[in-house]
Amino acid sequence: MLTDWQFIALFVVLSPIFPAMPVIINHLLGPKKPNPIKQQTYECGIETVGDSWVQFKVQYYIYALVFVIFDIEAVFLFPIAAAYDQLGLFAVGAAVLFIFLLGDGLAYAWGRGVLEWV
Amino acid sequence: MPEVTIDWYVALSVILFSIGALGVLLRRNAIILFMSIEMMLNAANLAFVAFARHLGDLDGQVLVFFVITVAAAEVAVGLVLIVTIFRTKKSINIDEIHLMKG
Amino acid sequence: MEFQVPSLNLLIVLPVLIVTGWGMLLMLAEFFIPEEKKSWAPWLTMLGLVLALIQTIGLWGYNGGTFTPKGGAPMVVVDNFATFLNIIFLLTGILTVLISIHYLRRTGLDRPEYYMLLLFSVSGMMLMGMANDLILVFLALELLSIPLYILSGFAWPRPDSEESAMKYFLLGAFSSSIFVFGIALTYGSTGTTSLPLVLERISDAGMLGLVATAMLIVGFAFKVAAAPFHMWTPDVYEGAPTTVTAFMSVGAKVGGFAAMLRVFVAALPQLGEAWVPAVAGVATLTLIVGNVVAIVQPNIKRMLAYSSIAHAGYIMIAVAASVNSPDGVSAALFYMLAYLFTNLGAFAVVIALEHKQGEGVMLDDYKGLGKRRPWLALAMAYFMLSLTGVPPTGGFSGKFYVFRAAIEADLLWLAIVGVITSVISGYYYLRVVYLMYMYDGEGEVVANRALVWTVGLTALATLVLGLLPGPWFDMARDAALQTVQMVAGG
Repeated sequence: MLTDWQFIALFVVLSPIFPAMPVIINHLLGPKKPNPIKQQTYECGIETVGDSWVQFKVQYYIYALVFVIFDIEAVFLFPIAAAYDQLGLFAVGAAVLFIFLLGDGLAYAWGRGVLEWV
Repeated sequence: MPEVTIDWYVALSVILFSIGALGVLLRRNAIILFMSIEMMLNAANLAFVAFARHLGDLDGQVLVFFVITVAAAEVAVGLVLIVTIFRTKKSINIDEIHLMKG
Repeated sequence: MEFQVPSLNLLIVLPVLIVTGWGMLLMLAEFFIPEEKKSWAPWLTMLGLVLALIQTIGLWGYNGGTFTPKGGAPMVVVDNFATFLNIIFLLTGILTVLISIHYLRRTGLDRPEYYMLLLFSVSGMMLMGMANDLILVFLALELLSIPLYILSGFAWPRPDSEESAMKYFLLGAFSSSIFVFGIALTYGSTGTTSLPLVLERISDAGMLGLVATAMLIVGFAFKVAAAPFHMWTPDVYEGAPTTVTAFMSVGAKVGGFAAMLRVFVAALPQLGEAWVPAVAGVATLTLIVGNVVAIVQPNIKRMLAYSSIAHAGYIMIAVAASVNSPDGVSAALFYMLAYLFTNLGAFAVVIALEHKQGEGVMLDDYKGLGKRRPWLALAMAYFMLSLTGVPPTGGFSGKFYVFRAAIEADLLWLAIVGVITSVISGYYYLRVVYLMYMYDGEGEVVANRALVWTVGLTALATLVLGLLPGPWFDMARDAALQTVQMVAGG
């Protein structure tokens, strides 16, 4: 039991080193000659306009919400996937029915034009 | 190290539930209210799982699935309502949503 | 672990399957029905509800369950209690469709989703009465509520409708999470969520069981709009489209009471000493708050909102009486049947006067209705008398049975509170009658055929329940006995 925890502790200590190393090496080896133009905020080659804290338009949010729902619904398929070899035809029927219900919802969302970028 | 018994989990879930309930009653931002409600639901989930483990019964874990799914459905409806109300009001502070006086 | 196929008898849950399936069909049918035939949606909905109603009536007298896991109790039971309530829910659905058709067209809300959400909500209500497992009660509660959250915001971008949906959603979700926590604690203290098994084990549950019961009461009290958890009701009822208000003032309330009766009477009677005083207290507070605050409301939708709070109080009396009186449950059932017709009838008249959305809903708009529309005014007056509880109306019979059950259950003081608050309620109900007949007024009234039919039918039903309550109460008694027998049989 304790050795398992030791592994995790070791992992926690060692794992940050790997992503940190390239950053540190870069910092140590790279030449540093700053000037005002280099210090400017960089945005795709053009100068920045306005504040960077702006509210985004939420046009696509329904798509995101539909994703959330379908993503969570997958939880009901997991038990069937985990034990498919012990389940009979009943479980197959249940899974098919469940997917059909999800498909109905998807078809509705599709028909409403939720899946298209407006 | 003291043994972690079921009481610890129940206490933790009660604490989480209370934080959530207080959040709903005290905060004014609709999104934060919403997060507090989610916290209350997840406190219940924690209690379900802890009891299921304690009782050696799988039912509790299955119940968590249902609560999670329902919570997702609520999230979807709630966020749509928040977006809609933000478009008309330009605010999601529930103190500014008071057309009707009760 | 061996997987066990639960025993299934889908035939007895057919009404729910029809309603849900019909909703899903409508969801897709929308894309196949050509534009000029879009007006079919309400009649299609009606067809589904009537089919389900026929099925349900055929199940009267059936007593059994389905979705039974091996060695467990059924998740869904179909007994007369459930069938009686399902009839109430389906009638609510049908009458709501009737009052919605023209209203939605003239307010520009005629989107097919309305009927789809209505059907889903009705199926949730039906499951509330049939659920025999706390988790199914929770799922049914959400299936009932989530469509209602959307429906109350259906008139967006009108700010009051959006606000109504937001408030309903936040408080509804808050109460559901309290309810779920109550279920979690019940599960922890008894090791099960199945109501018959909870019944067997709850007496040893101790403190945890009591806390769980308290949380379940709070959850239900929010849903049925009982004081002190009623704050959302007036705002939500005022802001939502009037047809939705009518639907939820009956459907959501009766749905909440359906599950409440099943849970408290069938699973928790042994904790009666703890919850009966709590429910009686909530009932008293609800009656006083609902009836007193209703007096000062100038808007008829708000007035009917407080009135619906008050009626939740009367049904609560029956719930409190249901452990110690054999007629408690049947009194509640009968009351809800009478309330269904009276309240939907009153809302149908309100819809007739609301010529534009949000206009014509003040009490002053009722001035002179007696001269302008004598029959409509007569019906409204009759509904108001029924809500007050003056004989011969369904409302009177309902109150009579409720108070009698309370007295049988040694809750005489509660019955007295009920009678006194009924007298107070006369003030604001009869003021509507007074305004209709004693003043002159102008105003447009939009009463199309479906609406007139609804008003006529509900008035007739209220009259029948008032003049001949006996057979209907016997029916309610048949429905209630099953629940009590289940208590005895475990």
